[in-house]
Amino acid sequence: MASYFHSVQLDEEKCRGCTNCIKRCPTEAIRVRQGKARIEAARCVDCGQCIRACPNRAKSVLTDSRAALKDFKYTVGLLAPSFFAQFRSNPSPGKVLAAVKLMGFTYVRGLFLAAELVASAIAKHLATTAGPFPRISTSCPAVVRLIQVRFPDLTRHLVTIEAPMEVAAYLARAEVRGETGCGDEDIGVFFITPCPAKITAVHQPVGVGKSQLNGGFSFSEVYADAYRLLASVKEEEPVVGSARGLVWARSGGEGEGVAIDDYLAVDGIEHVITVLEEVEMGRLRGVRYIEGQACVGGCVGGALVVENPFVARVRVAQVARALPLYSPPEITLPEEALVLKQDLSPRPFIQLDEDMEVAIKKLGELEKIVERLPMLDCGSCGAPHCRALAEDIVRDTAVLTDCDFVLREQVNELAQELISLTVLLPNAMGRKRIDGEGEK
Amino acid sequence: MGEQATFEVSYTVEGADFSIAGEGAARLKRVLQQVGLPPALVRRIALATYEAELNVVIHAYRGVIKARVSSALVEVWVEDQGPGIPNVELAMKEGYSTAPDHVRALGFGAGMGLPNIRRNADALKITTVVGEGTALYMTFAGPSSEV
Repeated sequence: MASYFHSVQLDEEKCRGCTNCIKRCPTEAIRVRQGKARIEAARCVDCGQCIRACPNRAKSVLTDSRAALKDFKYTVGLLAPSFFAQFRSNPSPGKVLAAVKLMGFTYVRGLFLAAELVASAIAKHLATTAGPFPRISTSCPAVVRLIQVRFPDLTRHLVTIEAPMEVAAYLARAEVRGETGCGDEDIGVFFITPCPAKITAVHQPVGVGKSQLNGGFSFSEVYADAYRLLASVKEEEPVVGSARGLVWARSGGEGEGVAIDDYLAVDGIEHVITVLEEVEMGRLRGVRYIEGQACVGGCVGGALVVENPFVARVRVAQVARALPLYSPPEITLPEEALVLKQDLSPRPFIQLDEDMEVAIKKLGELEKIVERLPMLDCGSCGAPHCRALAEDIVRDTAVLTDCDFVLREQVNELAQELISLTVLLPNAMGRKRIDGEGEK
Repeated sequence: MGEQATFEVSYTVEGADFSIAGEGAARLKRVLQQVGLPPALVRRIALATYEAELNVVIHAYRGVIKARVSSALVEVWVEDQGPGIPNVELAMKEGYSTAPDHVRALGFGAGMGLPNIRRNADALKITTVVGEGTALYMTFAGPSSEV
């Protein structure tokens, strides 16, 4: 079994073993065991739903330490487009970049240009590919992993074009190398991210190649310093790129950048799932491209953002006015910079056993178990719903009496039996059988 | 084949309820994934079952989806109480549809149902009696079948 890196972590001290997170996980990856939530690594897609659901703030994101900046001669801070929409005073993008630079980066860059290059590459791909349609965006890593684990057959629909974050890192590296003459190992590129999925993507692009990035910091940990430093900005940083790149911050922005009219933008992981189910059933016709984002509103709704996603969405439109509407990118990137390095192979978790014959037998058992369960989906057993408990039982990771209702039933049966035994007389007094079958 | 494990399942389908059309096929799909059948096979079975289920919703009063699953063969029955098909040959033609306008307005009933089923199933048998109903029997060769 491959091991997977995950940025979503559990704080055991804070976890009370309640059932809020298990119900919200789109891949049913969490179980409560021994009073603590356990995340099954193979199923987790790092969407951040459990972080939002946890009333005890026990789920957190493993981000990199800012001390890591000292490990490199030159450092680059890459700001996600949604970061520019986090500030109430609506500072210009150049000022936000300058404030973050003051935190200790040698260089800071937005993702605007990279997003535009990626959009153009997607448009080109859509015009030439033979399908299968609809093609599905790979820019949201949580959606990509959702497809790998829950919709394995749809991995064929994923567009193998690198996300703006990676392309921006590629551009920044080339720029810094060109300017300083240093080697790649001297450059540390860090992403300022609205979501845990991007941090996972930085640390685990399994398969074909390695990420161009060295680490990631969350909006929430950078925000306070950036906000404070805005006042100290003397000179704005130059901004490369246009509003066409900025609008990737919110749902629909990618499709707008690709500039086709038969694209579908869907946000919020539950809604993404319903759309993917339609695709799987061949029901979604007349759509060439799907931009799916795990968070409501798109990246502005990430689990690590500071500002209310709906407010931030408005602000994206306001910030966009400070940028040119569209600037045709002057650089052409080498093919390799745009080819997705991530492994997109299916990671199905659903099958009950590796041996198909055994799986079929287990399925029969599963249905019998389901009939004994109350189907209240209360979650007290630690599984998100009754069917999931039945699956756990046939997988040998739970037992039937984990269900409180079944346990009560069995205790009741036992009590009845005890009562019956009390009327069973000793032989000397004339034995009476409880089952009414007479003496043996 | 005596040693092979099999699993049987059935779901009911209500006619005219478009809000839940496809639920039976979706549940069957989940079962097939749990068995671990190859994704491409699961897709063909789910698609064919979905189309058949949709036909029940569009044309019939009620119906039932039954499936028997083994690693060698997946059999799916979709049986309904409904108007039956007067001319099966015509119904098998692409684009031929008797779906009412309000159904077409929803994007269903494009006359691709039966052709799609035939395309996706390895074998298809249709038994129909006008005024009584239709029974579809589809089979799909599983990974352990000797082809």
